[in-house]
Amino acid sequence: MVATMESNTSSESAVEPAIKLQVRDLAVRYGNTTAISGVNLDVRENEIFGIIGPANAGKTSFLKSLNRMNDFNSEMSVDGEIEFDGTNLCDVRNVYALRSRIGVVFPLPVGLPLTVFENVAFVPRLRGITDKAELDVIVERCLTRAALWDEVKDRLDSLGSLLSGGQQQRLTIARALSQEPELLMLDEFSIAVDPVTTMRIEDVLKELKHEMTIILVTNLVQQARRLADRTAFFLEGKCVEIGNTEDLFNGQVKDQRTTDYIEGRFG
Amino acid sequence: MSNTSIIDNQFLETELNVKAKRNETLFRILFMMMAGLLILPVLIILTTLVVKGGSMISWEFLFSDPTNGMTEGGIFPALLGTVWLVGVALIISVPVGVAAAVYLSEYAPDNWFTRAINLAIINLAGVPSIVHALFGVGAFVIFFDFGTSILAASMTLAVMTMPVVIVATRESLQSVPHAFREACWNMGATRWQTIRRVILPNSVSGILTGVILEVSRTTGETAPIMFTGAAFFIPVLPQSVFDQTMALSLHLFVVATQVPHVPDALPYGVALVLVSMVLLMNSASIALRMHLRGKKKW
Repeated sequence: MVATMESNTSSESAVEPAIKLQVRDLAVRYGNTTAISGVNLDVRENEIFGIIGPANAGKTSFLKSLNRMNDFNSEMSVDGEIEFDGTNLCDVRNVYALRSRIGVVFPLPVGLPLTVFENVAFVPRLRGITDKAELDVIVERCLTRAALWDEVKDRLDSLGSLLSGGQQQRLTIARALSQEPELLMLDEFSIAVDPVTTMRIEDVLKELKHEMTIILVTNLVQQARRLADRTAFFLEGKCVEIGNTEDLFNGQVKDQRTTDYIEGRFG
Repeated sequence: MSNTSIIDNQFLETELNVKAKRNETLFRILFMMMAGLLILPVLIILTTLVVKGGSMISWEFLFSDPTNGMTEGGIFPALLGTVWLVGVALIISVPVGVAAAVYLSEYAPDNWFTRAINLAIINLAGVPSIVHALFGVGAFVIFFDFGTSILAASMTLAVMTMPVVIVATRESLQSVPHAFREACWNMGATRWQTIRRVILPNSVSGILTGVILEVSRTTGETAPIMFTGAAFFIPVLPQSVFDQTMALSLHLFVVATQVPHVPDALPYGVALVLVSMVLLMNSASIALRMHLRGKKKW
């Protein structure tokens, strides 16, 4: 990896930043089709790690391999090593505990067909919290942090799946936050969201990175530029380039295709 | 040629589109008539039953015993027997059917075992009811030694109508968008937690519809119960599932063909009660579905 200490602009420490996620030689296949192969990268603690690349580059497959979604999809197979917090994912016995530490936000918002309140209380309830007052506190905190509380506080009992697209996406983020995740993965979250809401969510993410590690898959290169500390460029199932976001956008690349993509010459 | 005339020409009727228009009308009317024909048998059956059997219907007819060699009196033992048979069949088939459908829809991988189950369901639905009846005799009456009883008859009915419950339940589970499942799994929910909290609550309407359809089908079945638990005539009401019972469908068969000197109106009256029960059940199913569809959650 090209990451050097001087390029770590984070104010917290001058020592080598902690690695949250270490991916070695990762390959994901669906039947006979290879979605990604030979992916090596590290994601540091408390950074926003951007992933850009055209459609079919394997960005979503990469995310799915990180929370072992292949367990529920017999078509999908994952090879290589993924270490999350120093633990090899293959050795994780309780995949449900692993997933509950990783929050995921999908391209299209998925408000569960439950009330707004129950959407956010879903994970706390799974964890055995039944006390209404305690749930109230969690729900209000998560909705507030997802910049949705003011809009829904008077209709917590209405269906989450009937909110507007932008609201549902923030509801999804609130739900992910209710997991108190260590890693938050966002997969093109702004695809169905208006620009104003997108900006609000982006502000939220900048706050959240102080508490968790964020992987941001986006097809808007400017969004990666605005948010990501480091960015990886995926192309045709390979990770072509990883570097500090500013460096990549200033043309300091190893592979010319990265600049071509960033400047919109293909993809 | 000016521009206007080109535009005008586009709206002129050529021989070709006159023909197309005529065919369009022809086929629309033809298809409508075929669809309309379906109403006829229903109307004829219902009218005949009401005209010929309507005079029989009274509280006394519904709630008293048959008398005088089944040529007079009411149908209460048969009515109650049908409720017993259908009720016990439901208690058996609904839990098994719903559980099987949940497995097939939510857990089953696509392998030979799953395909074998699916094939079995299709074949089960295609087996003639008289074959089910003989299976019931062999399996429940003789092998499990339930004797000719409500239990044996209901189990036969349950086996026979199970595909209805399974298919209806599976379809209603499948109608819940896959994205909801993925969202739950991604939060660390197990499959069962996902099913219990999100999938089942949102497919209840479809499951209930399937159950009611099963009820209406079970109510009218005759062959599967006539060797396994339904009796020609019994003077006493059943006390437990190990007793034999009378049943409306068999009673209709009996008074219509087996007993001499039955007044004409009596079989029609029995048929009217039977059909009314089924229609009532189907209407309830439709009403329930419409009610729940109105509360669609996504």
